[in-house]
Amino acid sequence: MAEIKSLKNPLAERQLTLFRAIIAGLGVVILSLVLVGRLVQLQLLDHDVYATRSDDNRMRVRIIAPARGLIYDRNGIVLAENLPTYQLEIVPEQVEDVADTVTALAELIDIPDRDRERFYRRVDQEPSFRSIPLRTRLTPEEVAAFEVNRQDFKGVEIHAALTRRYPLGRLAAHAVGYVGSLSEADAAGLDPRRYRGTQRIGKVGVEAAHESLLHGEPGSKIIEANAQGRTLRDLEYQGPVAGENLYLTLDSRIQEAAVTALGQHDGAVVAIDPTNGDILALVSQPSFDPHLFVDGIDYVTYAGLNADPGRPLFNRALQGQYPPGSTVKPVMALAGLDAGVVTPRHREMCIGYFMLPDNERRYRDWKRRGHGLVDMHDAIAQSCDVYFYQLALDIGIDHIHDFLSQFGLGQILGVDLPGEKPGLLPSRDWKRNARNEAWYPGETLNIGIGQGFMTATPLQLAHMTAMVAVRGHGYRPRILAARQEPGTRDLIHFEPTPVEPVNVADSGYWDRIAESMEAVVHSVQGTATRSGAGASYRIAGKSGTAQVTGLSQEDEEAPDLLDVPRELRDHALFIAYAPADAPKIAVAVIAEHAGSGGRVAGPIARAVMDALLEPES
Amino acid sequence: MSSQRPGQSGFQRLLLNLHIDAMLLTLILIVLGLGLFVLYSASGESSAAVTSQVKRIGLGLVVMMALAQVNPDTFRAFAPWLYALGLCLLVLVLLLGDTAKGAQRWLDLGVIRFQPSELMKLAVPMVLAGFMHSRTLPPKLRTMGAGALMIAVPAALIMRQPDLGTALMIAISGAFVLYMAGLRWRVILGLVLAAAAALPLLWSQMHDYQRERVLTFLNPARDPGGAGYHITQSKVAIGSGGLFGKGWLNGTQAQLDFLPESATDFIFAVYAEEVGLLGVLFLLVLYLAIIGRGLFISVKGQDSFQRLLAGSLSLVFFFYVFVNIGMVIGLLPVVGVPLPLISWGGTSMVSLLAGMGVLMSIHTHRRLLSS
Repeated sequence: MAEIKSLKNPLAERQLTLFRAIIAGLGVVILSLVLVGRLVQLQLLDHDVYATRSDDNRMRVRIIAPARGLIYDRNGIVLAENLPTYQLEIVPEQVEDVADTVTALAELIDIPDRDRERFYRRVDQEPSFRSIPLRTRLTPEEVAAFEVNRQDFKGVEIHAALTRRYPLGRLAAHAVGYVGSLSEADAAGLDPRRYRGTQRIGKVGVEAAHESLLHGEPGSKIIEANAQGRTLRDLEYQGPVAGENLYLTLDSRIQEAAVTALGQHDGAVVAIDPTNGDILALVSQPSFDPHLFVDGIDYVTYAGLNADPGRPLFNRALQGQYPPGSTVKPVMALAGLDAGVVTPRHREMCIGYFMLPDNERRYRDWKRRGHGLVDMHDAIAQSCDVYFYQLALDIGIDHIHDFLSQFGLGQILGVDLPGEKPGLLPSRDWKRNARNEAWYPGETLNIGIGQGFMTATPLQLAHMTAMVAVRGHGYRPRILAARQEPGTRDLIHFEPTPVEPVNVADSGYWDRIAESMEAVVHSVQGTATRSGAGASYRIAGKSGTAQVTGLSQEDEEAPDLLDVPRELRDHALFIAYAPADAPKIAVAVIAEHAGSGGRVAGPIARAVMDALLEPES
Repeated sequence: MSSQRPGQSGFQRLLLNLHIDAMLLTLILIVLGLGLFVLYSASGESSAAVTSQVKRIGLGLVVMMALAQVNPDTFRAFAPWLYALGLCLLVLVLLLGDTAKGAQRWLDLGVIRFQPSELMKLAVPMVLAGFMHSRTLPPKLRTMGAGALMIAVPAALIMRQPDLGTALMIAISGAFVLYMAGLRWRVILGLVLAAAAALPLLWSQMHDYQRERVLTFLNPARDPGGAGYHITQSKVAIGSGGLFGKGWLNGTQAQLDFLPESATDFIFAVYAEEVGLLGVLFLLVLYLAIIGRGLFISVKGQDSFQRLLAGSLSLVFFFYVFVNIGMVIGLLPVVGVPLPLISWGGTSMVSLLAGMGVLMSIHTHRRLLSS
C-alpha cells in the first residue's frame, strides 16, 4: 500500500475503500467456503455416521420379558403358575404432592414403612414421568378400596404384573423349587441376549434344572423417545415367546400323601416308578414357603431360614447323606449269591453278636439275644446283623463296592435336579486315597449292615429299590416327563433313560431277594409286618434303623430310645416297592432320629404306596 | 445503480422517496420469512414464539425504515452524542442493571427492558467512522490509537457485565471501521500478533464458564454430558440432515429435545437438519447477497463516513453469520452469538435491522447529496 502523504484526497480515499471492500469481499467468500466445506463434510461425507447417531438418540429398544412356562404334575395339576398380582403405582409428575398422596393412600391401603422407603428412593432417582410402584401384591379388598376412591387420585394407578405362584407351596418346594431375583452371579452363566429384561430366574428344584426350557425368548419393542426418555411412539414390535410348559413325573397326590405321612418328622421321602425312573414324589422336611423368594426375600427372613436347626432349605432327598443301615441287606445278599459265597439255604448261627478271629471286640446284633440259626430269607426278613457281618466278610469290601455301585450307590445318579450328592460307597482304594489308611476287616462288617463309612441319599435308596424291583433293568431317575411345544401346544414326551443293567449269575436270585423282602412286610416275623397289614397288594420292603453316632459296640444293652438326646437317636429308614409281582412304585423313607425303621418309616412308605395303589382309601 | 437514470418506474421512485433499498429489503424479508418457519419448528411448533418474533420483526422493520429516512450527515453529527449516551447507559447498567442468567445486561426503563450494549453496536462504528471522516486516510498512528481507545472503553464496560460475545462484536465493528479506513497491513498484522500474545491475559480475565466453553471446543469429548453436549448434538443434527434434510418439522434432534438452545443460538442446526445441505446453501447465498449489497453500498458511499460505516455494518453482519454457523458446526468455540435475522430473541433482531436501516439511509440519500 502506497503511503499517501497529502491531506484530504477524496479520490484516493475512495479507491482505498474500494480496495479494502474488495479484499473484505474476498475474505467473506473464502470464510464462507470454509463453512461450506465443513457443512459438506458433516452433511455429505459423514452423513451416515450422524444419521446413525441421530437414530441412536431417539430410538430405544425396550425388552419385553417372556412369560415363564408353567409347571404341571403328571396329571396336569398346576405346580407353578404366573398369577397377575396388582400393584399400586404413582406417576410423580401427575400428582400435586407425592407425600400428601401417599398419606391419603395410606388411609385406604396399608403401606408399610419398608415400601415407603423403597418408593421414595425410586422417586428421587427416576424421571418424574415414570410410574413407580408404592405397594405390591394388593389384596382384592385393597384393590376394591382404591377403585372406589380412584377419582380422588389422579396419577395413581393399579397395574397388573405376573408373579410366580406355587399352589402346593411348601408341599413341593424342594422338588419344584422357586424363582428368585436374578443376581450378577446368575447372569454370568447366561446368554445375555435371552435374559435382557428378565428379573427372576429359577434358583432350585425344577425351576433351576429346567430354566432354559421355562424361560422363553424375550421380545422387543423399538420406541421413539425424546431427550428426557419419555416414550413418544412405538416404531417396531416383536412379541416375546413364552417359556415352555413342563409336565413333571411328580404326582401331587403321592407327594401330598408323603408329606402327610412324614408328619412332624424331619426327613425325606422319594418315590420312583421303577419301570421308567419317574420320580413320583420327592419330599424333604421341614420345608419352606417358596413364595418368600419370589418377591425377593429380605435379609432377616433369609438369615432365619439359614439359622433354623431343622435346615428347611436343605434338600434332604437329594443332598442328605445318611447311613443306609439295614436297607442295603437285600442287595448285599444278592451280592453274596452272585459272588457264590453263599447259597440261599446257607445258615449262620446268630448269638446276638459277632466276633472276628483273634479279636475281643463284639459286633452286636440289634437283637441282643440273637436270632438263632438263620438262613438268608430269615436274615433279611428279621434283619439279622450277624448273618450279614459274616456275609460281608465273605464277599470282601472291594467286591461289595463293585456290586453295590451298579445300584447307583456312591455316585451321582444324574437326576435332572440340581445339587444331587453322591453319598459314599467305600472301598479299599477309597480309604487309601481319601484317608491314606489301610482297610480293616471290622470296617467290612459295618458295611455289611449299611453302617460305618457308608452313606446314601434318599434318592439313591429309592433308585436302588427300583433296581431291585425290576430285576436290575432300571432307569435313571428323572422329574421331567414332557414339555409342551409353545406353538402347537403338543406334548413332547421324553424317553426314559435306562441305566446299565445289573446281571447276576442266576436270575432266580432276584426272586429269592424279592420273597425275603415280601416277608419283611407280610410274614409274622418280619420287621415291618404292621406296614403290610390290610394291604390289597403285596409289598416288598426292608427296614433300616441307622445309628447316627458310633454308639459303643461294647454296650451290653441297646439304650432305650427315649433316654438319648434326640440328635443321637437312630434314623428310621424304610425301602419298599409294590405291587411285589408287578412293581409300579419304589419308595425310600428316612425319618431322622425317629427310631425303628420298621415301626416308624414302614407305615410312611405304606401310606405313600397306598396313594398310588389304593387311591380311594 | 444510478437512481437518476431517466425512465425509472413510479414504483422505483416511490421506493426512493421512502428511502428503501428494494434489493436489500427483498433479501431481508426472504431471510426473515424463512426464519419464522425455522423458528416455528425449533420452538416445538409454538405459535406464541412465532407471534412474539413477528412483533419483534415488526419493531425492527419500523426502526429500520425510520433510520433509513435519516440523512447520513445527521448520523455523523449525532454519533458522538449517541456514543456518549451509550457509555453512560453502560455505566448505569453496571451500577443498577437487571440480572438475567447471571449477567447484568438489561436496563429496565419502566416501559421496556433494554440492553444498552445493543445501542453501542451502532454507536461505535458510527462515531469511529465520523472520527475517521474528519482525518486523512489512511489514518496516522495517533488517530488509530484514539480510535482504538474509542472501541476499548465500551468493549471493556460490556465485558464487565459480563458479556464477552457482545463485547467482541462491538470491538469487531470498530475494528472493521479501522480496516475500511485503511489501517496499514503491517499494523493489522501487528495487532493480530499482539492479540495472539494477549490470549493468555484474556484467558486469565475469563470467567469459568467461558474457559469451559473454549476447553470444550478444543476437545468436545472432554465433557460430553455438559458443555460438549451442545456441540455434539448440534453436529449430529446437522450431519443427519444430509443433502435434502429430514423435512420441515421432522428434525428429530430438535423436535425430541436433543438439541439445546434450538430456537436461539443453535437454530441453524435445526434448519440444517430439516432442509439439509441444499437449504443451508440457499440461506448462505441469501446472507452473502445481503453482505454483497452492503459492501456495494459502502463502495458507492459518497464520503468516508458513509463508506466506512456501511463497510463495517456489512462486515459485522457477516461476522455474525460466520461466528454463529462456525460455532454451531463446531469450527469455533461456543460464543453467545445469534444467527442474524433468524434466531429467536429481541434486541439483536432490532439492532441488526437498525443497521440495515442505516445502510439504506446511506444508499438512498446519495442523490440528494450529489445534486
